[in-house]
Amino acid sequence: MSPEHLLIPFLASTAGAATPLILAAMGELVTERSGVLNLGVEGMMLVGAVAGFAVTLSTGHSSLGLLAAMLAGMATALIFAFLVLTLQANQVATGLALTLFGVGLSAFAGRGYAGQTIQPLPHLSFPLLSDIPFLGPLLFRFDALVYLALLLALAVSWMLNRTRLGLIIRAIGESPQSAHAIGYPVIALRYCSVLFGGALAGLAGAYLPMVLTPMWVEGMTAGRGWIALALVVFATWKPRGVVLGAYLFGGVTVLQFHAQGFGLEIPSEFLSMLPYLATIFVLVLISRNPQTILLNKPMSLGQSFRADQ
Amino acid sequence: MLRLEARPAPSRAMMFASPLIAAAAMLLTGSLLFSFLGQEPLHAFYVYFIKPASTAYGVGELLLKATPLILCGVGLALGFRASVWNIGADGQLTIGAIAGGCVALYFREVDAAWVLPLMLVAGALGGMAWAAIPALLRTRYNTNEILVSLMLVYVAYLLLSYLVHGPLRDPHGFNFPQSRMFQEAALLPLLVEGLRTNVAFILSLVLTAGAWFFCSRSFIGYRMQVSGMAPAAAAYAGFSEKRNVWLAFLISGATAGLAGVGEVAGPIGQLQPSVSPGYGFAAIIVAYVGRLHPLGVLLASLLMSLLYIGGESAQMELQIPSAITGLFQGLLLFYLLAADLFIHYRFKPAMPVLHAVPTTD
Repeated sequence: MSPEHLLIPFLASTAGAATPLILAAMGELVTERSGVLNLGVEGMMLVGAVAGFAVTLSTGHSSLGLLAAMLAGMATALIFAFLVLTLQANQVATGLALTLFGVGLSAFAGRGYAGQTIQPLPHLSFPLLSDIPFLGPLLFRFDALVYLALLLALAVSWMLNRTRLGLIIRAIGESPQSAHAIGYPVIALRYCSVLFGGALAGLAGAYLPMVLTPMWVEGMTAGRGWIALALVVFATWKPRGVVLGAYLFGGVTVLQFHAQGFGLEIPSEFLSMLPYLATIFVLVLISRNPQTILLNKPMSLGQSFRADQ
Repeated sequence: MLRLEARPAPSRAMMFASPLIAAAAMLLTGSLLFSFLGQEPLHAFYVYFIKPASTAYGVGELLLKATPLILCGVGLALGFRASVWNIGADGQLTIGAIAGGCVALYFREVDAAWVLPLMLVAGALGGMAWAAIPALLRTRYNTNEILVSLMLVYVAYLLLSYLVHGPLRDPHGFNFPQSRMFQEAALLPLLVEGLRTNVAFILSLVLTAGAWFFCSRSFIGYRMQVSGMAPAAAAYAGFSEKRNVWLAFLISGATAGLAGVGEVAGPIGQLQPSVSPGYGFAAIIVAYVGRLHPLGVLLASLLMSLLYIGGESAQMELQIPSAITGLFQGLLLFYLLAADLFIHYRFKPAMPVLHAVPTTD
């Protein structure tokens, strides 16, 4: 086979693996910039995945499935927000609880769907562009969410850095006391940021059963929610870093499916370990210098805030 | 209208009441869920929560499943007290099972009393080694231990999968992905004839007592607790944060590794692609519900174990999917975290504010 026949499928499936990571990490990034650490991404993704699959299966409309996934993600995020923002619960513990709850809830809700399949999201086709040799299949034949995720990264970057809303969210993340003293609604905006993160995590979860493998498998996110959390650190809380990191990780993730083509004779389990090992590796690289984290991390990340204190 | 008001001091009564409130709320939600599923709530409640533990065999199963939860939970609680977040106990358990299993398989011709202790030591060391990775990366490279320990869970699962599909596969096992069955000398002795509970349960009780002593009677345990509650004070007193991280990870890794050996040398009897239905994660809930106290962990493990065997019982008798167990576990922790609000706050009826009226003479 020519290198082209190996490279194009590899690069194209990289985009598929990167998209849910971008979506989930972008949501978590906004949540964390507002000062809230939600470790429940994995749980919200699973709930979104099962909701998206179930609704698509019963209605036949994938757009309704995607909507349901976002709503399901938001619903679980609302539980988290209520516990940590209104009831002042510890964010780390509550995030872990959300993940465990999501794992349980999705396994329970998805029990009847094993073995069923749905029509995956259609791939877009752009006139002329999709037919360009090499570049066509590489850039212009994906499903809509691949492009949407990239646009979203641009939009979040613009929102955070160029708008008043973004400035306020960052202020709340750095110093909720000061933001509150000026008169900004800290708790309300944190609720919004957490819900935004939940919607995107739900959407990211739905991408798995609706595009990557068009069926529901228990625990199918396989740690992607945690990798998304790591990506936010890797990106030092900046949207463009998330996109870069997600594509790097996407490539590492799909390597196992293309390794034989590349002539690598390694047991599949070791190739499957790569995304997890790579996550650890980049976390070490980025955290090695405490200054990098200290300068970029939202100052109030993980701390509770009560307006009357 | 009720208003929240900060208590002058944390309520000790609420600290103990909160897990009970959470358990009650979970049972209530469970009953509602059962009726939603078309079951008669009281009957379903009986089948799920009472019947499994109403026979001697059932109690044996309860203790059997509580054993890995106690082992993992006691270790995690020590770390959580010091705000060291090891959430990879399931991976350390898996590596412990692999290490213990390798000893059993290597000495499969040997029928001596030292095989089993050697397996336990190997399992504890395996769990410690796996836990040492996040500890090293946290202390040396400032890397988030939550993410690293969690990532290593997946790596451990894959390693076990590779071993039972490859090098450790039973050559006479019809190509099933599992190792040989362990020989008699590599299996934990049963406590009572006819029940599956084994000596690992006694081991977990001994370790619980040891952990209690460590927490409340030793200076190292005290230092760890201060570091968790008041990091600034701990730093001022010169308590080393690095030492806490290492201690927390090595202890919880060792106990999780022991739990792994307890599973493969106990009810399982061989290495299989999966040796834990998520005990290491359920132990996080156990640690919290047990108030991060060794004795509390013991009680919480029994409750959590009841959720596991109740789920199996409900699946067999009522055709309720056993996945409901995970749902209950998550709910329990949510309710606990919500109820914990009242340790630091209390409701105060909003009363008309009385102003002092200046008097004029």
